[in-house]
Amino acid sequence: MSGLGKLLSTTAFRLSLFYLGVFALSIVLALGYVAWSAERITTRGMVETIEAEIADLEQVWRRGGLRRLAGAVERRAQAPGASVYLFTTPQGQRITGNVVSVSPGTLDSPGQRTIDYARLVAEDEGEVAVHRALVRVFVLPGGFRLLVGRDMGERDRIVEAIWGAFGWSVLVLVVLGFVGGWLVSKRVLGRIEAMTATTKTIMAGDLSGRLGVSGSGDELDRLAESLNAMLERIGELMEGMRQVSDNIAHDLKSPLARLRARADEALRIADGPEALRAALERTIEESDDLIRVFDALLMIARLEAGNAREMRAPIDAAEIARGVGELYEAVAEEAGVALETDIADALPLEGSRELLGQALANLLDNALKYAGDAAPGASVTLMARREGDAVLIAVRDRGPGIPEAERARVLERFVRLETARTRPGFGLGLSLVAAVARLHGGVLRLEDAGPGLRAVLVLPAAGAAQKDASTRMAVASSERLKRG
Amino acid sequence: MKILIVEDDREAAAYLAKGLREAGHAVDHAETGLDGYALAESGDYDILVVDRMLPKLDGLSLIRSLREQGVATPVLILSALGQVDDRVKGLRAGGDDYLPKPYAFSELLARVEVLARRGAAPASAEPTSYAVADLELDRLSRRVTRAGREIELQPREFRLLEYLMRNAGRVVTRTMLLEHVWDYHFDPQTNVIDVHVSRLRAKIDKGFETALIQTVRGAGYRLRGAGE
Repeated sequence: MSGLGKLLSTTAFRLSLFYLGVFALSIVLALGYVAWSAERITTRGMVETIEAEIADLEQVWRRGGLRRLAGAVERRAQAPGASVYLFTTPQGQRITGNVVSVSPGTLDSPGQRTIDYARLVAEDEGEVAVHRALVRVFVLPGGFRLLVGRDMGERDRIVEAIWGAFGWSVLVLVVLGFVGGWLVSKRVLGRIEAMTATTKTIMAGDLSGRLGVSGSGDELDRLAESLNAMLERIGELMEGMRQVSDNIAHDLKSPLARLRARADEALRIADGPEALRAALERTIEESDDLIRVFDALLMIARLEAGNAREMRAPIDAAEIARGVGELYEAVAEEAGVALETDIADALPLEGSRELLGQALANLLDNALKYAGDAAPGASVTLMARREGDAVLIAVRDRGPGIPEAERARVLERFVRLETARTRPGFGLGLSLVAAVARLHGGVLRLEDAGPGLRAVLVLPAAGAAQKDASTRMAVASSERLKRG
Repeated sequence: MKILIVEDDREAAAYLAKGLREAGHAVDHAETGLDGYALAESGDYDILVVDRMLPKLDGLSLIRSLREQGVATPVLILSALGQVDDRVKGLRAGGDDYLPKPYAFSELLARVEVLARRGAAPASAEPTSYAVADLELDRLSRRVTRAGREIELQPREFRLLEYLMRNAGRVVTRTMLLEHVWDYHFDPQTNVIDVHVSRLRAKIDKGFETALIQTVRGAGYRLRGAGE
């Protein structure tokens, strides 16, 4: 599209054109009305004056007859700014008046009409000028005619002036409107073009580009500001993604390298089918571990994307806590750890039984892994109860705990504390629990159990739906703060 | 058993077919959803193993269409999507079991065999009691005896034994036990299931000459078959 075409097709230009049209129409209507009423009012004034003069002259004639009337007409005709007068014989001969001639046939019938007439400007020089007048012819007894009228020159000038002003203002309006619309659209178009250009560079992959803000605080500025904020957020997310994928690549590389080394070693050293078999079994175990890591990562990613709405159903956290607790109770006993439970009768909430079960299994698994560090007779407590609008599910161990400074960090993917290096695990368990908590609109809190760690899942209870949303937002914003 | 595999990945299908044939089953293979549908509708299969992502007709639509046609053959869904909601979708479409890829063949075989048996004997026809060798379980009175001696079991242990006895002679994996006894589908990280089985074993087998609960290496557990 050409530059002009582009300009003409802008919203701003079309809008100014539309308003221009509306405005011009209203001006035409308003001025038209003014001109029309001016014409009407002046005409009425003239008619009234003529009526009054005729009434006057009729009085003169009644009192003094034709002679006095002729005198009065003559006097009046010569006064400055006089009306139009003509007094004739029944044959149409001018007796007196300031009119030299009238349109033919004017004097034949009485009544009011508009005529052309020739007026005597200066009697001495016999100078005449043709004018238009509104006149009334009055027939006296005996056939004498008296014509009285008002010159229309003044009235026509006023009306002409009004119509002239009318034409000019419409012309000026249209020209100014066009120019104004053009200027406004050009300015808006210029800024939009700049925005489009920036967006194109961003689409080309340069996320650092930002839209220009003029500083006037107008709607385009506000748009540019929110788009910039959006770009900022996208940039952050991209950076976060890049970091996570870097981490993943890095952390998956070592188990893959181990896997490869094991297979390689088996090929080189293993003698006999038994040794090969053992090596293959270990290789499969290692790949199973890798698959587990992938599954956990995918699951966390999926939970964080938050598109698990359809997984939500009314569930009972107490049933989950009892079930998973019972599942791990045997493991605890085997490890010489006492698993104590303190679970409310029913804890209804909205969520996924499967995910909460897994989260709780992860927490118990962790607790049992570290509880054994303490003196014999170590214990792990599983507590589930309602507090206000929240359902709390807490797992407390008497192990080494997590130093306060590290607590936020252990929720990140692949983060394992130095003290945990020697134990099995990938550093994804707590990340998964935190992701499950977030999906349910809750949080995972890690607290000092002095000694040991208390991991608390704080979830919105059923019927606390409103709080649910606000908790979720609070969690999201605190999350953002943490990342920022 | 006659098994139909509907899977577009030829290599994966060949691996699967080979394993199932070695286990003594007759195997057919279809590469597209449409072919699979035609075979499954006309053929007399004991079980269908269906991949979710298929050309022409996807796995879930295939299962839905079969169910609408009144074909009740048990279906095991294979899927690269192993997430909780995917499982739910698969089962809702009419699948009977769901196995995320990549899977261990032993896991698949165990599930196929258990499913096929379930297809042959609907749940309503479940006997009220099971007996394997001298071990007896009464589902109504919830009593378990071995050689006439009563054995006290916790409710969960009872369900565990019930599941093992229902599938006596067949391998059941740890995840199958977690699914059917605890109703969870996640991957137990530690040996939770082993601990429960060994507890049960201590109550059932301790003091008896023949061990009924056997550990199958690399796969899971198996309660001895009735005729063994």
